[in-house]
Amino acid sequence: MTDKPRIGLYVCHCGINISATVDVDAVAKYAQNLPNVHVARTYSYMCSEPGQALIKKDIREQGLNRVIVASCSPRMHEKTFRKAVQEEGLNPYFLEIANIREQCSWVHEDMTEGTAKAKKLVASAVAKVRLLEPLESTEVDAEPAALIIGAGIAGIQAALDIADAGFKVYLVEKSPSIGGRMAQLDKTFPTLDCSACILTPKMVDCASHPNIELLTYAKVEEVDGFVGNFTIKVRKKARYVDVDKCTGCGECAKACRLANRITSEFDEGMGKRSAIYMPFPQAVPAKYTIDPENCLMLTRGKCGKGPKCEEACQAGAINFEQQDEIVEFKVGAIIVATGFDTFDASRKPEYGYSNYPNVITGMEMERLVSSSGPTGGDIKVFNGEEEIVPKEIAFIKCVGSRDASVGNEYCSRVCCMYTAKQAHLLREKIPDAKIRVYYIDVRAFGKGYEEFYDRVRRENVRYIRGNPSEIFKRGKKLVVKVEDTLTATPLEDEVDMVVLAVGLEPRADMREVMDLLRLSQSGDKFFMEAHPKLRPVDTATDGVFLAGCCQGPKDIPDTVAQAKGAAASAMVPLASGKVTINAQVATVNEATCRGCGYCVSVCPYSAIELVTVNRFGHELEVARVNEALCKGCGSCSSVCLSDSIQPKSFRDRQILPQIAALGGTR
Amino acid sequence: MMRGMIMISETNSFTEKFDLLGCIQCGRCTGGCPVTVRADLNVRRFVYDAYNEEKLDELARLAEIWDCTTCNTCAVRCPKGLKPLEVLLALRSMVVESGKVEPTVRDALQSVLLEGNPWEKPRAIRCDWMDGLDVKMAEPGVPVENLFFVCCTIAYDPRLQIIARNMVRILNKLDLDYGFIGTDETCCGSEVRTLGEEGLFEMLIEDNTELLNSFEAKRIVAFSPHCFSVFNTYYPDLKSEVIHYTQLFDELVGENKIPWRGELQKKVVYHDPCYLGKLSGVYDEPRSVLQKIPGVELLEFDRCRERSLCCEGSGGKMWVESHSKKERLAETRIKDARALGADIVAVSCPFCLLTLEDALKGLGFEEEMRVAEIMELLGEVVEE
Repeated sequence: MTDKPRIGLYVCHCGINISATVDVDAVAKYAQNLPNVHVARTYSYMCSEPGQALIKKDIREQGLNRVIVASCSPRMHEKTFRKAVQEEGLNPYFLEIANIREQCSWVHEDMTEGTAKAKKLVASAVAKVRLLEPLESTEVDAEPAALIIGAGIAGIQAALDIADAGFKVYLVEKSPSIGGRMAQLDKTFPTLDCSACILTPKMVDCASHPNIELLTYAKVEEVDGFVGNFTIKVRKKARYVDVDKCTGCGECAKACRLANRITSEFDEGMGKRSAIYMPFPQAVPAKYTIDPENCLMLTRGKCGKGPKCEEACQAGAINFEQQDEIVEFKVGAIIVATGFDTFDASRKPEYGYSNYPNVITGMEMERLVSSSGPTGGDIKVFNGEEEIVPKEIAFIKCVGSRDASVGNEYCSRVCCMYTAKQAHLLREKIPDAKIRVYYIDVRAFGKGYEEFYDRVRRENVRYIRGNPSEIFKRGKKLVVKVEDTLTATPLEDEVDMVVLAVGLEPRADMREVMDLLRLSQSGDKFFMEAHPKLRPVDTATDGVFLAGCCQGPKDIPDTVAQAKGAAASAMVPLASGKVTINAQVATVNEATCRGCGYCVSVCPYSAIELVTVNRFGHELEVARVNEALCKGCGSCSSVCLSDSIQPKSFRDRQILPQIAALGGTR
Repeated sequence: MMRGMIMISETNSFTEKFDLLGCIQCGRCTGGCPVTVRADLNVRRFVYDAYNEEKLDELARLAEIWDCTTCNTCAVRCPKGLKPLEVLLALRSMVVESGKVEPTVRDALQSVLLEGNPWEKPRAIRCDWMDGLDVKMAEPGVPVENLFFVCCTIAYDPRLQIIARNMVRILNKLDLDYGFIGTDETCCGSEVRTLGEEGLFEMLIEDNTELLNSFEAKRIVAFSPHCFSVFNTYYPDLKSEVIHYTQLFDELVGENKIPWRGELQKKVVYHDPCYLGKLSGVYDEPRSVLQKIPGVELLEFDRCRERSLCCEGSGGKMWVESHSKKERLAETRIKDARALGADIVAVSCPFCLLTLEDALKGLGFEEEMRVAEIMELLGEVVEE
């Protein structure tokens, strides 16, 4: 700060994004006369390599010590330009961005107004940049391990990638087995691979991988710390089965007094299980779990003359005294892969899902058509009077998707294709069935998808353009009330079974994960990524990444691709072993701090704590900032009664002149 | 170039008013429309065609715009929040404005203007149904808990007056602060609106708001789902809460306040009126009242609640004759009730009572079953 400021100011055209509504030359000319501005230029794309070269050359040749780029939002390119000035030996924090795109050209239509505002923004940047202080970012060590929450295909893939790279992975799954939704599917579109056949090897790899620690039937309870240094507490719920002794033989489930009496979650309520169960035959770990909500022993304290499972277990693995266990460990990065819920079809009462047993959801169809499903793959439904093989079948698309009346405006991206797949599978199983698919649009956008849709249509699956409005009963038949919109014909089609292609929704319990990791939701209520295009797996919390449907509906190929992306991003701190801590953090003037704690209560990142210091023999409390957690948001500063806590680069003495310049320039 | 919301240019008044560009032509409106089984109406086509300003006059001349019963199914089902039926009503307005309406419609509207009811009856005899009853009248400026709004159809139709008479008889047995409006009570405008007379409807809203607010009622209890729905939807300045009488009675039976006299050993099936169900979401209260009547076995139609079938009584259908020779929906409904083995089809709407009873007589089932308003049934089992 000894040198007199010599400012270089660069006004970006951004093609015509800025220059169409801001006279960039006039802005540069105006800036030329502002105090300490040594050089002011315009360029078509400042972020391009020649644009950056322009800045670097001026720093070198003109001895600039401050740089202002008047361009897009700092969220876009602040990092780019900081790097550029740093390469010329300038402190990277001697850079200021004047946002004349998002805050100016995009919101103005009139060139005169747009230019006037751009001048103000530039003048205020000049007022501030002169007062900036040099900052140094610090580095801390990163723990070479990752936590993955959710062990569906997204979590499994991310775990394998990170573990293969040589890092420790803790894979936490809330249900007794890993596998997730993909384990429930029969075949996968468009290649018709058997879902279990391609998933199971990966599940087994997870279990046997030396770097992966599986924590199934478990829940993350606490997350502390920051990128590189998270401390995690996981509750492993009691299974009431000693997994070290359990051989997975299944004698216990056969013996259970409630055998075949409990609704199977895995079979979407269509099959039955025992109170001691393994969710499905290929479960990993292949261990049994006692369901505490149904088990007679656990709910009533007695089970006949004694629990039958205990009697049947040769290995002596049953243990009703087992307690939950808390596991604690440290990781450097976290991947959230918590998946989705399917839309609850009873929320569209017009489709009669709650009224008719032969109106089923797409997920139920997956189990019905699966050879490991409740009917062994036979397509049979109960029509209210008898069990029949349906000969006329209707598929209804967009149930709970693209529908503002249920609050889901988005397309669920998988229903078109899983419907086509299920229509194909039904055609195989019931060759003479009349299969109709009622649709609004067919979205077959993926690799091989349109070709698959073509194939299914030619297998005599009738696509009718119209979204049904109502289902009611006539005799033994269900009536689908719909308009064929291509011929403008209202129809009442009689069928034996209706399959509702339900969409995907965020997990009902996502709030818990949000609070745990300070995540936010986008408009569709799924977890929000840091940038929809350029940071699709990152979140607003450093070191926390997203994979799979928790971020938005997607099919298996996209889920796996995103999981691999999240794994790669999560490995950055693990591989480098270091994380850089943001330099623009809040700082406390301990001499004036009164220790009132207001800042502690408003900090959204829990970055501030009160510590006791000894001053001239007096013990007193002052605020202290954990720089690794602080995001420099300034909330603390806004409530501080004595102006003692202020973010670096955003101190009062820096931003008040900036604000004054905004109001004072004509 | 990226910008904020693009401004819409060259669109007609219908396009923005009814959000026609929001339509994705999915067909749920026409697919759900109950009258498509007997009339040519395809409401989706109107949403599509009304985009073309030059075509509006032609569309307004089509007879099927009068087939809509305003049951609201199209609006409830629309995934994009459009109200397709409103396009039809706006076209009706164009016809009304041009004066080329059927004489029956013209007379009904004129009667609302002159006498405050669509039935061409003098205002002076609006309270004749009260003869011989001790009715508490509400007075402007005197606060009242429950202000009853009778409905023109119930007040004048000799078949329906029993609903109001039973109400008074039962109210007088209860410790309930109530009041009736008297001959000043004026048509709520629900059918005026559906007949497309926008100007008159606005006038009614203004006058009725002033009249109803003058009573300082804690709540207004409407007899008809039509008055109930229109007050809640189109009367923004009304100071009192508005409920349907079945909601009041649901409270009363819940508090065990009804002095039951006898039993009604009957199988009763409840028919959901569109204006109470699909338009207002009131499904449970009427059922709960019926269920509490001693002896009643409550049945359900397959098509009930959100999937209920319209009786074709609203949307101005009382004054516009349907030309279709196909089975009336009310007839379908009665046949369904008979197949269920119901003794009584219970309704909670004057229009449903008229259409269903008409259908029942037309089918010749009077010996086997009957149609009754819930208030009628209550009158039969509450002590004199």
